[in-house]
This record gives sequence, C-alpha cells and structure tokens, in this order.
Amino acid sequence: MTRRTVFLASGLVLLALVPPIAAALGQPFYVDVFRRIMIFAIAAVSLDLILGYGGMVSFGHAAYLGIGAYAVGIPAYYGLHNGYVQWTIAVLASAAIALVIGAISLRTSGVYFIMITLAFTQMLYYLGVSVEEYGGDDGMRLAARSTFAGLVDLRGGTTFYYVVLVLLVLSLGVGHRLINSRFGMVIRGGRSNEARMRAIGFATFRYKLVAFMIAGAMCGLAGALLVNHTEYVTPEFMHWTRSGDIMFMVILGGMGTLGGPVLGAVVLRLLEDLLLPSWTEHWQAILGPFLVLVVLFAKRGLVGLLPERRDG
Amino acid sequence: MADALLEVRRLVKSFGGLIATNRVDLEVLDGETHAIIGPNGAGKTTLIAQFAGDLHPDQGTITFAGRDVTALAAPARSHLGIARSFQITSVFREFTALDNVALAVQAHAGSSFAFWRPARADRALRDPARAMLESVGLGARGDVVAANLAHGEQRQLEIAMALATRPRLLLLDEPVAGMGLDESQQMIRFLGSLKGRHTMVLVEHDMDAVFTLADRISVMLYGRIIATGAPEAIRANEEVRRAYLGDERAL
Repeated sequence: MTRRTVFLASGLVLLALVPPIAAALGQPFYVDVFRRIMIFAIAAVSLDLILGYGGMVSFGHAAYLGIGAYAVGIPAYYGLHNGYVQWTIAVLASAAIALVIGAISLRTSGVYFIMITLAFTQMLYYLGVSVEEYGGDDGMRLAARSTFAGLVDLRGGTTFYYVVLVLLVLSLGVGHRLINSRFGMVIRGGRSNEARMRAIGFATFRYKLVAFMIAGAMCGLAGALLVNHTEYVTPEFMHWTRSGDIMFMVILGGMGTLGGPVLGAVVLRLLEDLLLPSWTEHWQAILGPFLVLVVLFAKRGLVGLLPERRDG
Repeated sequence: MADALLEVRRLVKSFGGLIATNRVDLEVLDGETHAIIGPNGAGKTTLIAQFAGDLHPDQGTITFAGRDVTALAAPARSHLGIARSFQITSVFREFTALDNVALAVQAHAGSSFAFWRPARADRALRDPARAMLESVGLGARGDVVAANLAHGEQRQLEIAMALATRPRLLLLDEPVAGMGLDESQQMIRFLGSLKGRHTMVLVEHDMDAVFTLADRISVMLYGRIIATGAPEAIRANEEVRRAYLGDERAL
C-alpha cells in the first residue's frame, strides 16, 4: 500500500467514527455535517473520473445532483417513496441525460467544452425554476425520505450516515477498478495524448462518452442522497456555483487521485459551512485567497503534498 | 514490379493560399523502404499526416492494400495496418514505457469496454508489450515514466508503440531528428533491421539515414514530388541537385 492509500483508508475509518464521537460529545449536529460532506465527496469523486483522469473539464456536473434530487422529489410528490425505484430513476435518468449532453459536448474541447457543459446545466436549472408544479424557484419539500422496506430506515440520522459512508466507499472501489481497467487506461490515455491515441487505433469518443455517463450516474446517486439529506429540493442544486464547488473540491484535493476529491470535499465544506462563517462574516475574503494559493502552490492539490506520487 | 501497398493519386491539400500538397502521385511498394526528402516546408509532414488519416485531402485518393481509405479517420487506418511516428515525439508522458506499449497492444486486442480487471495485470497486454520494448532495446527501461526517458529513448518508444499495433505500413516522420550521433546510428541500425519485414515511408533530413535505409527516394519541393527513383538515380538527378541537395553536399 502506498502512503496515500493508508491516508485514504484512515480517513474513511475516521469518518466511520464520527457518529459515536459526535454522540460522546453531545453534538449530534456533526453527523449531519459529515453526512453532507460525504455526499459531496461522492459527487466530487464522480467528477474526478472525467476531470482528473479523463481531462474532460465539465463545468456542469451539478446538473446530475439536480436530476438525482428531482428523481427522488418528483415521485415522492406523487406519493411514491420507494427508494429502490427512486434511486434507480436517479441513476438511469442521470446517465441518460449525461449521454445526451456528452454526445454533443464531447465533440468540442477546451473552452468550448467547458462552456457547453455549463450551458446545458443552466438550461436544466432554468427548467427547474420554470416548472411551477414542483415549486419552481422555491423548490419543494420532500414529504418523506426514501424507504427501503426490509433493508434500512433512512429516518434514523445515524443509519442514513452509514448508508452514505458505504456508498462513498463503494464509489471509491468502483472508481479504483474503473481507472485501472482497460477502459480506464483508454480514458487516461485520452487525457495524456489524444493524437497518439488515435494513431494507435483508439476512436476515443465513445469511451469518453461512456465515462461521462458513468460519472453522471454516480453524481445522480449523490443527488438522490442530497435530497434525502436536506429533505428539500430546489433548482439551486443545479446552480453553476454548485458545479464550481464540486470542481473546486476536486482541484483542491488533487485531480487524478481518488483520495483527493474526498479530502477536497472535507476541507472545502468545513471551511465554507463551519469554520470561516463562525469566525467572520467576511469569510469569503479568506476562502478566495486560500483557494488561489492552493492552485498556485500545490499544483497537485492537497493530496499532492503527501510524499508518494503513485496512486490509484 | 511488386504491388503497391500504398497508392496515392492526384492528392491535393491546401491551407488558405498555401498549397501544401500539389497533385501528388506516389506508390509505396509492398516491402520497400521509401524515403521522402525535401527542404523544410516542402510538405512532407502534411503528406504523412494525410497517409495516417490525421489530415484529409481536398482532392485525390489514397488506396491502402487495395482499399480506398481516403475518407477513413486515423483510428480506422490504424486497424487496417497503418502506424506512424510523429515529427515531435508523441508518447504518453505520464505513463511508464511499458504502459505506453501495452496501451498500443490493447488498441488492437478487441474492445476496451472492460471495466473491472486491472489492465496492468493483464498478461495478454503486458507480455507482448514487454517483448516489443525488448526488441527496440528498451527492455530495461519498462518501468521508467516516459517523460523521464532520454530523447532518443522516447523516439525508440514511439516506434515500439507503432510496431505493437502490428502494422503493414510504418510512417516515420524524422525518426532521428534531434538525436546525437551515437543515438542516430543506433536508430538507423534498428530501422535497418525492420527492412523487409515492414513497409516503411521515411521522412528524413538526415541523408546518412536516407541513403542507408531507402530502397527508393521521392523528392518533394513546394508540395510537388519532382523525382522518384533509386538512391543512385536521385543522387545523380540534376534537377534534384539544383533544387535541394545543393552542390556543396557530398553525395
């Protein structure tokens, strides 16, 4: 095991210890905080698969958070609370929409790709704003969390916490297999040198498209978790600043690593949600320069500050 | 006369007002090493790019092994058996040398929609890749990240990747460019060892390499091929001497 693998594993163990520690401290609030962090970590890991490993700078990844959330919220609005159905819709709908967005945007590259993925997500955002039936701009409350008869009860905050942790570990496991498989080598090769890929015989487009779909589906699952966490869904889930947030978690933690996005989610969320706002109301003036410094001086992200380079 | 493996007819490619390829006719015979020489800007690299499918001609046809490939993109031509090296070394810099070659093997080992088994533990990819590295003289350098290889080694690696696709036609764009004397001698010897087993198109400025390796030479000038023939004939050709080789160069 590399030092980074040890680091990632200990991080996950620490996350597993959050509920008992929070209970011991009499601060159950932290279970909520870290559950939210882990949901964003799943979203960030999914983005890193295409951004860090595939070099596809998608600036619209929040779209799938929204799709996943509405895939839970809309059935619930009609009285369908079955989580198996809701979460399956969340994953499949996200994959399907990623297929459409990817099929168009992957024909471009560079700045155009960034702009097109952003534009599609803005379209979905405004779609959410315009559909009054589901609350429009204000969004809507989730009447009840997804139900998984006979398996788990998400109403228990701690149970839900461990469900999210298990899904995070599964995402990391799937991600690890994926990036080291033949498929993953094609995706990474495409990031490294597209012209060389074509010359040795890879038509990379369809591989990239499938990677784009997998990332979308994984983020859709994070969206289904997020709506259960907040018990509320609004178009804000898809706002472009949310896409930027997820992207920053990846860059901050370290692109092209699995531990990086998780670390990035923890650090960014803690800074944004807890530490800085409680210290000063001008916290954004501190966060901004901090992020700039990380980008400038820790080019491989926070994970890159750990000595070992080989990871994944 | 042997059959033409690559047959190019009336090829035209222009960029704005510049005609980079001007009605080029060319036949590369099966098994031969065919050098294309000419001064900088003559259009050699543009021509190679059209053979490989990285650029598409405005007019004309490219036939490979009896099949019209003019409209095919680079990946499809790779699968028909055309491989290339680039003028500016093009490898996967972040990958190890072995990973580089294994990826080229993988490109020709069926679909890569395999999501679960680790590719780096796949002997069907690693064994041929290791053998190929061995054959180009990089056997001991497999675990070195490509970016850390010496320039000459990166050129060798690129050719190993091209060979790993088991090509019928090898397009080499200045394989000894930027190499020291020893390195280039070594590369010329290696390319010589490929002669006969692979048909090669060689774009090169190094006349030592050209006259050592080529069975036939075509001379390009301003997008046109002004002469094609055996090395001795090209050496003796007055038009070629005047246009390109220059009187001072001892041929």
